[in-house]
Amino acid sequence: MTVLALIGAQDVQKLVDAVALGSIYALMAVGIGLVFGVMRLVNFAYGQLVMAGAYALYLSSRHGASTLEAILVCFAVVIGLALLMEVVAFRRLRQATPATMLVATFAISYLLQSIAVLWFGTLGNIDPVLQDLRRPFSLGNVYVAKITVVTVVVAALALATLALLLNRTTIGLQLRAAAADFVTARLLGVRGNAVVAAAVVVSGALAATVSVLLPVAQSPLITPDYALRDTIFVLVAVVVGGIDRLLSATLGGFAVGFAVGLMGGFLPTRGEWPFTSSIYIDSALYTAVILVLLFRPTGIFARRGQRAVERV
Amino acid sequence: MRRVEALVQLAGPAALLVLVGVVGSFMDRAREIEFRNALVATAIVVALYVFVGNSGVLSFGQVAFVAVGAFAAGEMTVPADAKEGVLPNVFSLIGDHTIGNAESLLLATGLGGLYALLVGIPLMRLSGLAAGIATFAVLGVTFNILRNWEKIGPGPQTLSTVPETTDLLQGTVGAIAVVACAFLYQRSRLGRQLRATREDPAAAAAAGIDIHRQRLWAFVLSGALSGFAGGLLVHARGTLETRDVYLDLTFLSLAMLVVGGMASLWGAVLGSLLVSGLDSFLLNAENGQIPGLEAPAGTRLVVVGAFMALELGLPRRLRERLRPQAQGAPVEQPSGQS
Repeated sequence: MTVLALIGAQDVQKLVDAVALGSIYALMAVGIGLVFGVMRLVNFAYGQLVMAGAYALYLSSRHGASTLEAILVCFAVVIGLALLMEVVAFRRLRQATPATMLVATFAISYLLQSIAVLWFGTLGNIDPVLQDLRRPFSLGNVYVAKITVVTVVVAALALATLALLLNRTTIGLQLRAAAADFVTARLLGVRGNAVVAAAVVVSGALAATVSVLLPVAQSPLITPDYALRDTIFVLVAVVVGGIDRLLSATLGGFAVGFAVGLMGGFLPTRGEWPFTSSIYIDSALYTAVILVLLFRPTGIFARRGQRAVERV
Repeated sequence: MRRVEALVQLAGPAALLVLVGVVGSFMDRAREIEFRNALVATAIVVALYVFVGNSGVLSFGQVAFVAVGAFAAGEMTVPADAKEGVLPNVFSLIGDHTIGNAESLLLATGLGGLYALLVGIPLMRLSGLAAGIATFAVLGVTFNILRNWEKIGPGPQTLSTVPETTDLLQGTVGAIAVVACAFLYQRSRLGRQLRATREDPAAAAAAGIDIHRQRLWAFVLSGALSGFAGGLLVHARGTLETRDVYLDLTFLSLAMLVVGGMASLWGAVLGSLLVSGLDSFLLNAENGQIPGLEAPAGTRLVVVGAFMALELGLPRRLRERLRPQAQGAPVEQPSGQS
């Protein structure tokens, strides 16, 4: 408690909030990293899955669904959309290079954003689901929003479940085999489409989880470009951490989310020169990703001596 | 014979651009703006093509050079009496000086090239996914700083009162100039060396080609042309906001390049004119100006997005059949399971 007394109650709140944002980014990083592992595809459209989930929450609760029903609808919509993307677009791109696939997912991301503009307009809608969790509870003189704790717990549970799935089940073994070497895995009897579908479903479930948590932890206003900035940050994070392994991608996600949270909390909001205030967080992150790509292309958290699969 | 064929590669796109300019001059004011925009879009896409088409390396960064050129040309041509109002916080170098149209285009070209050189020296070592993400990061940094640092521009405000000097004539001449530069470069020794590295990096390196240096040349030329195109853009619009030169423009210009075929100059020009035309048509439909076809707002990007997603998703053999002009390999042959 002496440390807490030293840095003050407000600072503790900021730290805890940063941990929560880190947890959310870690979930997204795993979702992106899983699909990359199996398909070598960097999914720029991942944020639009989160966006679709958030709109699903908004629509279903407007039509009178209970919280549980709304969350179920959200999971169904996001996982369905993720599978649709895989069947309609990604499957045709299996032979393409990672760069072509990146452009294709960029296009899909735009397509989905535009559909959202067409459907909902650009003004934004409030997602009402679970907003009660914004209320704080107190620990001594430190006030923490309930959602912060819920986020950290849910993220930890989700990651633990995923670890069990990957390490203790047949489909998990197949996923890991396909990530290590897709062609050899298929030769040994792993069904390619099934294993890709499994990765897409799990990654969709993680996106749906984020759809539920993010509008409560951050702004509840859902717009067509919802979660776009977060997705770009997470893509950066995954590359910085090391996209070749799930663990390093997850750590990268957490680290960047934590750093964004801290910088947002502690830096002044306006500054005269670039990189002196929190409005330049984006620049700081992008500069970091460039430096990592140049000097440690396998990522900061990659194992020593590991070679990059594709130079990222 | 080969020389004649080569000239067609230049004269064809140039004639097409002249046609766009001439047809545009018979239109009313509202239509004329669409033609000007199509010409400017062509300049941007051909500038992008100079790097992506010849090197086979993906870049999201060219719009950053367009942005730098556009803001430089725009800010320096704002009339002296309007500067205080439009750019209240800028450095005195920008605030106290005003230059003419031609000088502003030169400035945009120079700044675009210089910025590309600074960024390119470290980044041109990367290829594939790494190059895509790193150049995206460059775009992100550029946008973030332009949007917030009011010493070098309007920040989150709109830059306005820029003289609208890019008329149809200047637009046509400008676009043709960019096409001519792209043509001369790809026929030059440097351009051929770079195309060799696109086809087979290992063989090109073995033949004594310095891949890093060749890519850097193309990147700088592409950056300079992008800056110039940015100058045309700001003078065509008269107003500019940082969002105008960020993700939407990146997406549209990549779409235009992909639709026409990334590996040929003809493809770049045709793709930009086609997508610009489609875009304007749908915009008019959104505004209810086309009888019998009323599209809701936002249709534009949906259609263009679907167009591009489909194009990329088509099996390669079908794509090649649809695009006989695209010579050589599509961008970045898969190099086996690496």
